[in-house]
Amino acid sequence: MKLSQRIQSNGFYVFAAAVVLFALYTRSWAGTLGFAIIFGIPLFAMGELPPYATRAQKIGKYAYLTICTMIFIFLVLPILVIIPLSFNAEPYFSFTDGMLALDSAAYSLRWYADIFRFGMTAPDAIEGWWADMWANATWIRAARNSFFIAIVSTALATGFGTLAALGLSRPEMPFRTAITSLLISPMIVPLVITATGMFFFYGGTMQGIIPGYENGLANTYLGLVLAHATLGVPFVIITVTATLTGFDQSLIRASQGLGANGWTTFTKVIMPLIIPGMISGALFAFITSLDEVVAVIFLADVDQRTIPRQMFSGLREQISPTILAVATILVIMSILLLTTVELLRRRSERLRGLSPG
Amino acid sequence: MSDATLDMPVGGTAQRAGNEPLVAADGTPLKQKLAQTTRRMKLRALMLTMPLVLFVLIAFVAPIGDMLFRSLYNPTGSNVVPAFAEAIQQWDGQDLPSEETVKIFVEDLAKARRSREIGRTVGNLATRLNYELPGYRSLVTKTARRAARITEGPYKEALFAIDKRWEERIVWTTLQRITKDYTLAFYLAATDRKYDADGSIVQADELYRIYVPILWKTIWVSALITALCFIIAYPVSYLLSTLPLRISNLLMILVLLPFWTSLLVRTSAWIAMLQTEGVVNNIFVYLGIITDESRIQMIYNLQGTIIAMVHILLPFMILPLYSVMKTIPPSYMRAARSMGASGTYAFMRVYFPQTVPGIAAGTLLVFILAIGYYITPALVGGNDGLLISNLIADHIKKTLNWSLGAALGTILLVVVLVFYWLYNKLVGVDNLKFG
Amino acid sequence: MKLKNMLLGTVFGAAVAFGATAAMADGHAKELTVVSWGGAYTKSQVEAYHKPFIEETGIQIKSEDYNGGIAEIKAQVEAGNVTWDIVDVELSDAVRACDEGLIEPLDPSILPAGADGTPAQEDFLEGTLHECAVANIVWSTIFSYDTTKITGDVPTTMADFFNTEKWPGKRGLRKGAKVNLEFALIADGVPAAEVYDVLATPEGVDRAFAKLDTIKDDVVWWEAGAQPPQLLADGEVLMTTAYNGRIFNAVAGEGKPFEIVWDGQVWDLDLWVIPKGAKNKEAAMEFLKFSTATEQLAAQASYISYGPARKSSAPLVGKFHNADIDMGPQMPTAPENLTNAVQNNFEFWADNADQLNERFNAWLAG
Repeated sequence: MKLSQRIQSNGFYVFAAAVVLFALYTRSWAGTLGFAIIFGIPLFAMGELPPYATRAQKIGKYAYLTICTMIFIFLVLPILVIIPLSFNAEPYFSFTDGMLALDSAAYSLRWYADIFRFGMTAPDAIEGWWADMWANATWIRAARNSFFIAIVSTALATGFGTLAALGLSRPEMPFRTAITSLLISPMIVPLVITATGMFFFYGGTMQGIIPGYENGLANTYLGLVLAHATLGVPFVIITVTATLTGFDQSLIRASQGLGANGWTTFTKVIMPLIIPGMISGALFAFITSLDEVVAVIFLADVDQRTIPRQMFSGLREQISPTILAVATILVIMSILLLTTVELLRRRSERLRGLSPG
Repeated sequence: MSDATLDMPVGGTAQRAGNEPLVAADGTPLKQKLAQTTRRMKLRALMLTMPLVLFVLIAFVAPIGDMLFRSLYNPTGSNVVPAFAEAIQQWDGQDLPSEETVKIFVEDLAKARRSREIGRTVGNLATRLNYELPGYRSLVTKTARRAARITEGPYKEALFAIDKRWEERIVWTTLQRITKDYTLAFYLAATDRKYDADGSIVQADELYRIYVPILWKTIWVSALITALCFIIAYPVSYLLSTLPLRISNLLMILVLLPFWTSLLVRTSAWIAMLQTEGVVNNIFVYLGIITDESRIQMIYNLQGTIIAMVHILLPFMILPLYSVMKTIPPSYMRAARSMGASGTYAFMRVYFPQTVPGIAAGTLLVFILAIGYYITPALVGGNDGLLISNLIADHIKKTLNWSLGAALGTILLVVVLVFYWLYNKLVGVDNLKFG
Repeated sequence: MKLKNMLLGTVFGAAVAFGATAAMADGHAKELTVVSWGGAYTKSQVEAYHKPFIEETGIQIKSEDYNGGIAEIKAQVEAGNVTWDIVDVELSDAVRACDEGLIEPLDPSILPAGADGTPAQEDFLEGTLHECAVANIVWSTIFSYDTTKITGDVPTTMADFFNTEKWPGKRGLRKGAKVNLEFALIADGVPAAEVYDVLATPEGVDRAFAKLDTIKDDVVWWEAGAQPPQLLADGEVLMTTAYNGRIFNAVAGEGKPFEIVWDGQVWDLDLWVIPKGAKNKEAAMEFLKFSTATEQLAAQASYISYGPARKSSAPLVGKFHNADIDMGPQMPTAPENLTNAVQNNFEFWADNADQLNERFNAWLAG
């Protein structure tokens, strides 16, 4: 059906009338837009129905698509809503009248500035501002901690995880199910239990075992890195094994038959195939660490506070739109990461000839 | 690998002389050589996983083992009053302990009073006693303060003079019990039970029962969340699996975006959405569904927890459903229809059964994740939206009853592992996928 | 392929480098860490104690906030990694922490004499010196309301706080059993002097919970001391219990239209304690001596309405630092505020906190 045809259908007239009525009744551009989206999208998505479809079938399909539209809105709306809210000029979590009227005075960047200024000793000083911000701003310190812990734990999880996935995907691997279950279990065991165990073990039992950490690993970066690496492992295992399913083991024999040694086989044959899986696994592990807060609550001291930990206490005690500004930045980051993973997945599928593109 | 050579059987030569089997270049029978090679390959595969297995064992399994251990092992009693801990075990539990035992107790208490070593102070014993006999904390601290002044018998009378409660037999039976290092008391507490004066197990007073009701609540709330996720995910997954790949990939991003977004971000988003001055209430007021004064409390309660958790866990349901539905050829439904089945009938008998593996995977995963959730209930749960994880965290971080926290954790762990085992049986852990 | 090798090399190289940094990041010395209750209260301490102390000794201070309890101290001491040097705690917590050996014993004779020469042991109010703790202030939990929201017939007694028929609206209460049970009994007609006798009986506890039951559906629970003034200002609650100094500062400092009701107030002490094994114990002792001197205690009282723990400070207490308000009548210890007041019974709470909180949680969840 062409667009012009669709516009001439009965359904469209009903829809247009409803939108106009709604607009007249509420006199709100935002409300009308929402209304039009919820009920308009399904109309355009109706697509081709066989000519013999009854009216009931048409309405049924329309209702089904409307429900699906609403579910998609349910999925993304909360995440999108925080973006405009983070530009609120007022210290609230809600839309002000000014914001709805698109009054530019109702919007401001003050909460983004607050990310840098909060916690600084002299936020208005000109000299030494950068050094002060880098060293003292609460959110900046949290961001440094977050990235530091995430990068190190991701490297650990990816290194160990890739090796293990290579072993697990070999056809001759013994105890495969048992070992896989063990390695996946950090994802299954509730975080509170993991964190409680680590709180006891890292903090108490490990005292005096590791040189340089006579007091155990509680309140140390090392403890958090170990905890987060453990939590990232399942993701690496899952993604790398997924890229290795359908991996033709005879390629290895072929490469060996052609005189390549183990290392060459690994770098020239295996690596190119698993690199996409490794990277997406690493990204999963990275984002898991970046997002993890329970272990941080149990194991970290104020010095090791991460972004989500800071958000957690912010949400518990004094809710300020700074949290939304931070959240917006995180959403943008997730979008970038998601795009990367999506591109990698497609590349990997193309390489292995699994999908048309 | 050097291990393989060590494994060479000793009787190799004798066998070769017998049936003249096929031999490899080095003279070993081919069958044996094959077994050797297989073993070597197995070993190599195993070696690849070993670093990670070791890492996970140390960094993850050992801590959980530590937690299990601490739920059973609490040496406070024998640490603080070591001599008494031995002596009291001789007591038969009738009347009161002997004068000699009480003397040892008073001496131990006086010694402990001077101790400032962590875990060996009078306060530790008092706290431990208070867990099992609420309100008796000060009995120990008060007595300890004066214990050094009791230098001669009769010791029992001296204690009675300090506090009448020393005449109660239950104090001594409890002391006898808590001076043993291994105890089930914390599992009793975690299941709303306790010991009475005779050492038999009884239910806690109704007003103090909290853990069993919360555990059940956690289970039914998780089940409800799983059911809601399923109801919402099914139509969407179906839509995604039937649309052309180009469009479904695009829509998939809408599913994956929440999946990739920080948990804290999504929780704050729901606070912004559901609070009394929030977006949803504003819309309701706007549409005239409610008045400005009668805004609905949608967050900081169980309802808020459920809404936010459904949103957070939904992708875990959609993804497995979608990956199963994608493999079902649309021609099956068409065939059923062309043979005269009604739409509903064809769906129920042909399509739905084929999606069961996806349903099993999705529901079990969502349920397992929901049952241990902590952050979201802690932030938006208010009072009636708290789940068992929140109580565990409270005991570890706030009330400091670590043994009780560990016991509750162990109970939760067992529940989760049962479902994990079920998942492994029904779905297979290697079928987990993302995106 | 070269690129991928390099990538892999870089990742592992970075891991090693970061690992080394982690080890380094885990072991560097810091300044004196003073831990208190945040918000206006910490601010008053920064003005009255920290700033002059830094000026006099040159020792830098890092200020941290917490919400009370001994959990963090215990966790740090048991882990052997004590990052807090001196902590402001409630009396019942000080007693328990001392019993469990979590804090250093303190010899009161090291404290400086009062400005008028009275030895410290006599200068401090009775019960404010403990074997492990030195009190700095007397504070109180009261209830407060917004005078622009409640006009005409205003609440004057604790019973009014529980009267949701006459004053319909949300109530703010601190999450936990402590103080709330006392309030409930007072509101139910128990004279302040008998509150703990009644609460010591099972029937008394039932009675308190029954009274709380009457407003349960209307309660908004708060945890941090900074929350109640915020709740009142946002109109989230009609009345709320609060620490008296926080309300006073919202009124005097920010011009908020809040009124304090002193009837049924439960007052308590805040004390300095030094966690066992504190890394800067010497400096912490210096800070403790400095901050509990006559002058500093009096100075703090000009930033927040909490009563100084020294008798010799009382005559020096004047006006609020930036407004013409006499601080004397704002103190929990002012005679007119003490007509129907309860002193928090630390022994009762040390004994019963675990059990009553358990019941409180069961009650909340039910």
